[in-house]
Amino acid sequence: MENRPLFKSGHTACAGCGQAIAARLVIEAAGENTIIANNTGCLEVFTTGFPESAWGVPWIHSLFENAAAVASGVEAALKYLGKKDTVNVIAQAGDGGTADIGLQALSGMLERGHDVLYVCYDNEAYENTGIQRSGLTPYGANTTTSPPGTVSIGNIHPKKPMIDIVLAHGIPYVATSSAGFPRDIQRKVKKAISIKGPKYIQIHVPCPLGWRHESGKTLDVAKLAVETGLYPLVEYENGVLVSKRQIVPKPVEEYLKVQGRFKHILKNPEELKKVQEIANNNIEKYGLKVQTQ
Amino acid sequence: MFGPLIVKSKKVKCDKTGSWRIESKPKYLQKNCIACKMCVFICPEGCVSGKEKNTYHTDYNYCKGCSLCALICPKQDIEMVKEETKLGELQGEKK
Amino acid sequence: MKQFLEGSRVVAEIVKLCKPGVISAYPITPQTHIVEELAKMVADGELVSQFINVESEHSAASVVLGAVATGVRVFTATSSQGLLLMGEVIFNISGMRMPVVLTCANRAISAPINIWNDQQDSMALRDSGWIQIYAENNQEAADFHLIAYRIAEDKSVMLPVMVCMDGFILTHGMEAIDMPEQGQVDKFLPPYNPLYKLDPAEPISMGLLADPGYYMETRYAIQETLEQTLKLIPKVAGEFSSVFGRDYKDCLVEEYKTKDAEKVIVAMGSVCGTVKEVVDGLREKGKKVGLLKIITFRPFPYTRVFEALKNIPKVAVLEKAVSLGAYAPLAVELRACFFNKKKSPKVISSFVAGLGGRDITEQSIKEIFKKLNTKEIALEFIDLKPELIKDEYGE
Repeated sequence: MENRPLFKSGHTACAGCGQAIAARLVIEAAGENTIIANNTGCLEVFTTGFPESAWGVPWIHSLFENAAAVASGVEAALKYLGKKDTVNVIAQAGDGGTADIGLQALSGMLERGHDVLYVCYDNEAYENTGIQRSGLTPYGANTTTSPPGTVSIGNIHPKKPMIDIVLAHGIPYVATSSAGFPRDIQRKVKKAISIKGPKYIQIHVPCPLGWRHESGKTLDVAKLAVETGLYPLVEYENGVLVSKRQIVPKPVEEYLKVQGRFKHILKNPEELKKVQEIANNNIEKYGLKVQTQ
Repeated sequence: MFGPLIVKSKKVKCDKTGSWRIESKPKYLQKNCIACKMCVFICPEGCVSGKEKNTYHTDYNYCKGCSLCALICPKQDIEMVKEETKLGELQGEKK
Repeated sequence: MKQFLEGSRVVAEIVKLCKPGVISAYPITPQTHIVEELAKMVADGELVSQFINVESEHSAASVVLGAVATGVRVFTATSSQGLLLMGEVIFNISGMRMPVVLTCANRAISAPINIWNDQQDSMALRDSGWIQIYAENNQEAADFHLIAYRIAEDKSVMLPVMVCMDGFILTHGMEAIDMPEQGQVDKFLPPYNPLYKLDPAEPISMGLLADPGYYMETRYAIQETLEQTLKLIPKVAGEFSSVFGRDYKDCLVEEYKTKDAEKVIVAMGSVCGTVKEVVDGLREKGKKVGLLKIITFRPFPYTRVFEALKNIPKVAVLEKAVSLGAYAPLAVELRACFFNKKKSPKVISSFVAGLGGRDITEQSIKEIFKKLNTKEIALEFIDLKPELIKDEYGE
């Protein structure tokens, strides 16, 4: 990776940006024979302000919601040129560009079976426009469009079940990962690109600005999300759960208390219980608890 | 005039984001390093490099001082020091 | 060789001869027959191309954008709501300087929903930076696609072209067509040789953010290119004529019996055929009338239109589009041609007709010639029957 940087220094992400960590790990794992289609969002803005670009691979940005369709076109063109077997195609977007405005294009790409890896960098809000709520904002989170108030606890909806949605398309590879687990990201990306067909990886990427934590806490925050069961790391091949990161579950407070966006929840035992229930459900659904002998 | 905004990766020059640091910067002690590369993996800027044990260092031209490398180092071989501290060429700091 | 074919089939056959590597479309009436024909050709192996069935027009435009950016010739087609849904990508394609060719089977805009022909759809996107060419008949529809690829992919242009043909009237109409041979097409249209493409051997970034320090120059560049395209189109039309034998002159406008005319109708698209019939009839009766057909609407050939009409006393602009709350779009361009000019028609009257597929009959056109007298009409709807809509909710 030292020879030709695929993701160069000098981009303008905030210090400690989880998305910057993950994006670099993804492209370094995929390698130089890769073409990226990028939705509009933080990653696009902080890497490609003209006349600069952080990308050492061919990279295209069109609009907020169409990276999956643009990537489909790139893949179709490569097929026509007889080059698809030597070039990887990655479509990448944030959580809003994936679960909300880009969901239709993503569904189309998955259903048509394009040989594309779709990467969703999940920082759980529209961070680029100023921390507004998205379909992947977690329950209770304080965002600028889901503020807690006298009659509201913040975001009242749970995260959209993107993993179930993409799994329902019957695609060969689906996984979650986290900026707190760099080797996990790279292993899954390498696995994904070795498989033909549509692949989906959703990576939990803390946003120091939007989640209101110190920039040096990115790693801890990401790890705690996994260790509490709020962000399970799972991996499916052909619809079968083939791996999961097992945990000795920590109480959700440990994750919530290191971020400003959940401050109001910590003071509300009833709401705290609800968040714990979400974690408990994940732990049960995926069998995350380490079995003691 | 003909202006599609396209840049060639090989020609592009990027901002020196090292100027963003205000409080602290990482000091790579290069004593107990086991070359696990976690500092390379975790750097959001991608400005940490090195080849073998005790050779890892950051490029202060780009380091924004987020301190993630210091926090992830399993051997506590990276410490955050005040921005004013002079580290010398050995640490890859050229001023 | 002459073939008696439906308009949509004609377009599909021509597109096949242009050998696009990627075709993507979403069905919408009256565009459907074009892409159905192409899908069949691909299914039968007559055309080697990736045919991508997408979940929306937004994605159809995005797929061809991604494919052309990867260095492959592309094609898509749409109509009406489909074009509007593409709208965001339409602006993006021209802004990114991508030589996409799109057929717009012109159709009215909802609401109320209406599948029949007018030109409000492509007119709504006239400021998008696309080159727009309007066909009068299916021979033109065929030939203009060939010209469209040549212009779009010209290295001095690198902009998308929309070939507009009236929905149903042309797309579903049967005509005897002189269908070019593959050899002729190959001679006229070489394989696409991209100026830039997504290629790991030579990585580039495209679609970058431009701050106030750069954005304006990108718009200026498109404006300037489009102005220069006005010179290129006649050149390409000349080459077309030498290869295929059909002469579209400068391919910007067509002057039909305008030389000594006292009254001229300006129009675009299939209605020009009807206007020509009326002109012929009136000429037989000794009336000095003519037609100026606008072929290239974007870039708008101001100088060419000025030269064609400067000595005509009375001009009527007949169009199948409106700019609600303002004067009709083609009429605005016509009047702009003569603003502050010494030579000018005394009267430039504006008529809107045929919206939502209402027939523009010979009678309608005679009516327009009749209304074209000393008093200029700012804007008038022809064949309007307000009594048909009962005012249930009116005051």
